[in-house]
Amino acid sequence: MKTITMDVAIIGAGGAGLRAALEIAQQHPNLKIALISKVYPMRSHTVAAEGGAAAVTQETDSLEHHFDDTVSGGDWLCEQDVVQYFVENARKELIQLEHWGCPWSRKEDGSVNVRAFGGMKIERTWFAADKSGFHLLHTLFQTSLKYPNIKRFDEHFCLDLIIENETVQGVLLLDIAEGEIKLIQAKSVIMATGGAGRVYRYNTNGGIVTGDGMAIAYRHGVALRDMEFIQYHPTGLPGSGILMTEGCRGEGGILMNKNGYRYLQDYGLGPEVPLGQTKNKYMELGPRDKLSQSFWQEQKKGNVFKGKRGDYIHLDLRHLGEALINERLPFIRELAKAYVGVDPVHEPIPVRPTVHYTMGGIATNNKTATSLSGLFAVGECASVGLHGANRLGSNSLSELVVFGKLAGQEAALYAQEKKHIDIKILEQKAQKIVQRTEDFLHSNGSEKMVDIRQEMGDTMEEGVGIYRTKPSMQKTIDKLHELKKRYKNIKIEDKSSVFNTEFLYAIELGHLLDMALAMAYSAINREESRGSHQRIDGFEKRDDKNYLKHSLAYYQGDDAPEIKYGKVTITRSQPAQRAYGAAGDKKIKEDIK
Amino acid sequence: MNKKTIVIDILRYRPEMDEKPFTQSFEVPYIEDTSILEALQYIKDHLDSTISFRWSCRMAICGSCGLMIDNIPKLGCKAFLRDYYPNKISLEPLANFPIERDLVVVMDDFMQKLESVKPYLIPGDNACMSSGEYQQTPLQMEKYKQFSMCINCGLCYAACPQYGLDNNFIGPAALALLARYDRDSRDAGSAQRMKILNQEEGVWGCTFVGYCSTVCPKKVDPAAAIQLLKVESSKDYLIGLFKPD
Ligand SMILES: Cc1cc2nc3c(=O)[nH]c(=O)nc-3n(C[C@H](O)[C@H](O)[C@H](O)COP(=O)(O)OP(=O)(O)OC[C@H]3O[C@@H](n4cnc5c(N)ncnc54)[C@H](O)[C@@H]3O)c2cc1C
Ligand code: SF4
Ligand code: FES
Repeated sequence: MKTITMDVAIIGAGGAGLRAALEIAQQHPNLKIALISKVYPMRSHTVAAEGGAAAVTQETDSLEHHFDDTVSGGDWLCEQDVVQYFVENARKELIQLEHWGCPWSRKEDGSVNVRAFGGMKIERTWFAADKSGFHLLHTLFQTSLKYPNIKRFDEHFCLDLIIENETVQGVLLLDIAEGEIKLIQAKSVIMATGGAGRVYRYNTNGGIVTGDGMAIAYRHGVALRDMEFIQYHPTGLPGSGILMTEGCRGEGGILMNKNGYRYLQDYGLGPEVPLGQTKNKYMELGPRDKLSQSFWQEQKKGNVFKGKRGDYIHLDLRHLGEALINERLPFIRELAKAYVGVDPVHEPIPVRPTVHYTMGGIATNNKTATSLSGLFAVGECASVGLHGANRLGSNSLSELVVFGKLAGQEAALYAQEKKHIDIKILEQKAQKIVQRTEDFLHSNGSEKMVDIRQEMGDTMEEGVGIYRTKPSMQKTIDKLHELKKRYKNIKIEDKSSVFNTEFLYAIELGHLLDMALAMAYSAINREESRGSHQRIDGFEKRDDKNYLKHSLAYYQGDDAPEIKYGKVTITRSQPAQRAYGAAGDKKIKEDIK
Repeated sequence: MNKKTIVIDILRYRPEMDEKPFTQSFEVPYIEDTSILEALQYIKDHLDSTISFRWSCRMAICGSCGLMIDNIPKLGCKAFLRDYYPNKISLEPLANFPIERDLVVVMDDFMQKLESVKPYLIPGDNACMSSGEYQQTPLQMEKYKQFSMCINCGLCYAACPQYGLDNNFIGPAALALLARYDRDSRDAGSAQRMKILNQEEGVWGCTFVGYCSTVCPKKVDPAAAIQLLKVESSKDYLIGLFKPD
């Protein structure tokens, strides 16, 4: 075991981790930063974000509008002080990215352009064609190369946190290529490990999005908040789940069922907006939860196409024309051609809802600190309270930079006030984890990993999907407990220490199972419908009296997690009815009266 | 039931066990829209769980999954069984890189090359956050946009005969990255980067074979970037001749 002493350790080098690292590197050149990632930073899944990042930009827009869209979009489960901080800082952070070189798409006069996005009252989504996350990530990564006090640990897998005196003291890593264990002593640690979408069978997430950081914090007693809120994105490719960005609809793309009918008008999002026009918060520009739910309803009515990769509807971009598609949506064209053999210039794209985003995560306060002293969390792995029960598209890329910076500041302040403790104590702790890890490597049971992974994905789709009932969730819970038992009896064939991916997948599968259980139990306990959590077993309505609360899941080993509840911070927006389409405009008029 | 299958030969190497690389054959079900990456996943899940390869996004944007398919560098997630059926497919790790294990290559040198070109904006005197974003017209952006599309997959290094002969050559992706910042209207770092360009391992290492641009999955066209940089480097040389030190 090798020991390395640092000041701050950041686990995860996606958008959130990189932004945090840059903040510390710039403001505190004396602090040594370990930036740890299980893949090279530019492979982090931020790279796949297509649509863009939200910030109030136009004269006609206001911070209040962005606040209101976010809070109502989140069905009033947002921490409103956090939302306020977010809307106030988003633009500054996107400009900072621009100054670091991010090639945001421009207007003719050279200023930054914005596009429409679902659930946003006014166009405020900055975009870099349809590769916004790619450019954001590469810009941050390349900028980070300027700072010698960022020491990267690429392709290092975080096995665990080292905790002593109820305080985080470091992290234990496995160097994937060398097979060597490294103990990083650090005064503060930032978790920035991304989401957990791979819990589900069909999702828009990369293979690395396995909830590692969430699981590690959770197993140490940190609460996971609002885990029942899983976002289905309405437009993924059937089968693979590859995303067709909401930007498609922002640019004017429409959704049609098998009869060529724009069915969204039947689900409170109409009246129909004429082809070639868009109207914010109407029709295709409604929020994701509503759109995904409408698909499910259409499926029940038999109005969807049936294909060999499953049911789907049509996303039609043809009327946008080749020039606009090439300028604004070139990647979408490339992806549709390669993965479903469809050129969107000439044919509609088959799409269906697929799991996309975990609204919940490691519970933090409004400054990214967790309940475990010295541990901070940021990005998709965290629940700082921005998204509530449903995230608005393009709010999370902005979240990465706004709260990434804040996490950097906070972790640096914390580190400056602390001293390293005796390394011997940490080495003893680490030795135990190493032993546990080695024992696990020698698992010689009879269960196949692939079976457990697939059964987990399927049971989550069935029980904790777009619509939920108590029996369906209970069935999923029972299944998950069975899988967790079988997981203890898996076989790991590969015992080698050089780039042993089978071993890593096995550890990740353990994380995923714990995330699935936290999601399922949080869901079954919420007896109401709110945002992305929709029940059809007598709890169809939102119930503010009993459930205007965050769920908090606490790990209990093999037993069911304990579910507690925490209060929601409300500053200026009292819960009201969420309304889109014409009903939304009517509501605004009434509010003004 | 569809019983069609296709044979995939994979070059394997586990440094702790194998003295040298060897070929292992697998037979996988043939479905036309299965990607090479999915075929590898099938093999790992069902036939031999010890095989190692990199992947993540499976949508040709993270740059993880480069490998040699029938001796041509490609992304595993963007090549499909239908392009090879009914012939046998051969998979090998990216050429010109040392093998770490199986289809995984050592990327250290590639990463160092990227880091060496100062790939970040070097602001001039007029940089100021408080006055908002820099103005940059679509036309100005056009000058570097293509070179900013690189996903760092390394295929161009596997294709580059020059890098194969002498890996001191900075190579296509890193030079394209250098051009990306150099040609950005917001950047004032040309003079600093010129030193990197002018050295023997810089642009002049390139003998203009152009295969890098052929294999690039993102149409970055590193060969074009290198040509443009050669012009810059020549200009710099000429100016140097007339300017007393
Ligand atoms: C296809 C797609 C499109 C999207 N489009 C948009 C959009 O247009 N706008 C928007 O606002 N949001 C979008 N999102 C959401 C947004 O992109 C993500 O929420 C965000 O990028 C997550 O960033 P992150 O930094 O938290 O995590 P990631 O980018 O996922 O990075 C996680 C990091 O943690 C590391 N890591 C994880 N586990 C370990 C471990 N055990 N050891 C070491 N390192 C580890 C990984 O290597 C990686 O570096 C999209 C999401 C997807 C999937
Ligand atoms: S230039 Fe093209 S081939 Fe080379 S690393 Fe970049 S994307 Fe890959
Ligand atoms: S898996 Fe990401 S590029 Fe192929």
